Amino acid sequence: MNQSFHINETFFRETGNIARFTARFFKELFHRRQEFEEFLRQCFWVGYKSLPLVAITAFIMGLVLTIQSRPTLVEFGAESMLPAMVGVSLVREISPVITALICAGKVGSGMGAELGSMRVTEQIDAMNVSGTNPFRYLVVTRIMATTLMLPILASLSNAVSLYGGYLGVNIRGSVSWSLYWTQVFNAISFGDTVPSLVKTFFFGFVIGLIGCYKGYNSRKGTEGVGRSANSAVVVSSLLVFIVDLIAVQITDLLGLT
Amino acid sequence: MQPVIDIDKLNKSFGDNHVLRDFSLSLPQGKTIAVLGKSGSGKSVLIKCIVNLVEADEGKIVVLGEDISELKQEELDSLRAKVGFLFQSNALYDSMTVRENLEFPLRMHWSKEKREAEAERAVMEVLTDVGLAHTVDMMPEELSGGMRKRIALARTLILRPAIILYDEPTTGLDPVTARGISQLIVNVQKKYNTSSIVISHDLRCIEATADNVVMLIDGKCYALDTYSNLEHTEDPKIREFFD
Repeated sequence: MNQSFHINETFFRETGNIARFTARFFKELFHRRQEFEEFLRQCFWVGYKSLPLVAITAFIMGLVLTIQSRPTLVEFGAESMLPAMVGVSLVREISPVITALICAGKVGSGMGAELGSMRVTEQIDAMNVSGTNPFRYLVVTRIMATTLMLPILASLSNAVSLYGGYLGVNIRGSVSWSLYWTQVFNAISFGDTVPSLVKTFFFGFVIGLIGCYKGYNSRKGTEGVGRSANSAVVVSSLLVFIVDLIAVQITDLLGLT
Repeated sequence: MQPVIDIDKLNKSFGDNHVLRDFSLSLPQGKTIAVLGKSGSGKSVLIKCIVNLVEADEGKIVVLGEDISELKQEELDSLRAKVGFLFQSNALYDSMTVRENLEFPLRMHWSKEKREAEAERAVMEVLTDVGLAHTVDMMPEELSGGMRKRIALARTLILRPAIILYDEPTTGLDPVTARGISQLIVNVQKKYNTSSIVISHDLRCIEATADNVVMLIDGKCYALDTYSNLEHTEDPKIREFFD
């Protein structure tokens, strides 16, 4: 009973702290002085530096999904539907979510560890006492970078995974380049692309938010830094799925499915 | 003359641990006061309260004529630019070069035009003052402990603070380097006409730098006197620091 109360209390306190952190982010976001150089540097780190990992994963994902789906479609005599099925699955769901999970692992943990390390070595305090604003410099720039870079990464991931799908289709069958893309684009509609693109902004936001929150509030020395990095990945991955669930419900309610 | 720092009945607790109890202190313009106390006695908490890094539970802290509890964030940031803080861990930004470390505080307090025109000269001037002009493009990880301490001091000096708060400036340094840092504190005080509070366990450092010494015992200002008077006192609570 007591333990359950403690877990609930911790959960609600943490939720409240994250809400306060989010409110502070929006307050600082609309301040007239912003750190554009640092924002561009973070975009480089989040976007460009994550690109190879996202691209390789997307390629393998497209290839494997196609190879795995073929036997079932063959069984129902629907082999010709393979490009359309793979295209819709990748663009609507698999590609954005997998890209977000990769970024949660790579970027979220990096932010948790970097800011956590800065916190425990008093570098954030040093920024505070010199009258600069560490929240605007460290947090706002990072959250904005993940929010804006994730849709770009997810779009690139879509393209690369569909190319992987093309190779997958042609391992056993023979579909021309133009026929493959015609079938894919005929199957994908406005209701597939736009909601999936919009939700990646939110994926990016929660990854940046949680990574920064965990790092910025890190405590208890090097052990705390490790814990921050770890929980940044766990919580942001979980939130990616929750945001995805909400996005699907909204898309469904709006009749875009 | 009005003191540059005036602390009145400061109280700070962490749970049941009452670190500071009705602590009062005044720092006159141009003077250096050392705070001596046991580990965990609240010395670092005291100077963190002065710059509002740690919020006091009760009491009043007036810095350069401004009550810090009444300041808005931007006013507090402006005040903090006038108060340098040398951290025990140095707290250099490890992803930046020495030059970037020193230029960092300027981004908030100097206009872009002023930074472009004067930052380079200001950086080289403070680096020359701490004797490390040649390290300007080095990373903090390439520097020794003593050099990092000097760079951290240079970073506090670049905004020309009226007050500098030193948190254990010689801890972890060998005696020769520690003596060099103590001398540097004295030189800085003369050249920049700063007022200072030095938190330290190092009696040599305190003797070399401080005009007066505060004994922080049981969270209170137990005694305030010159180093030599405290050194020759018969009070057993004070004697244990000097024996």
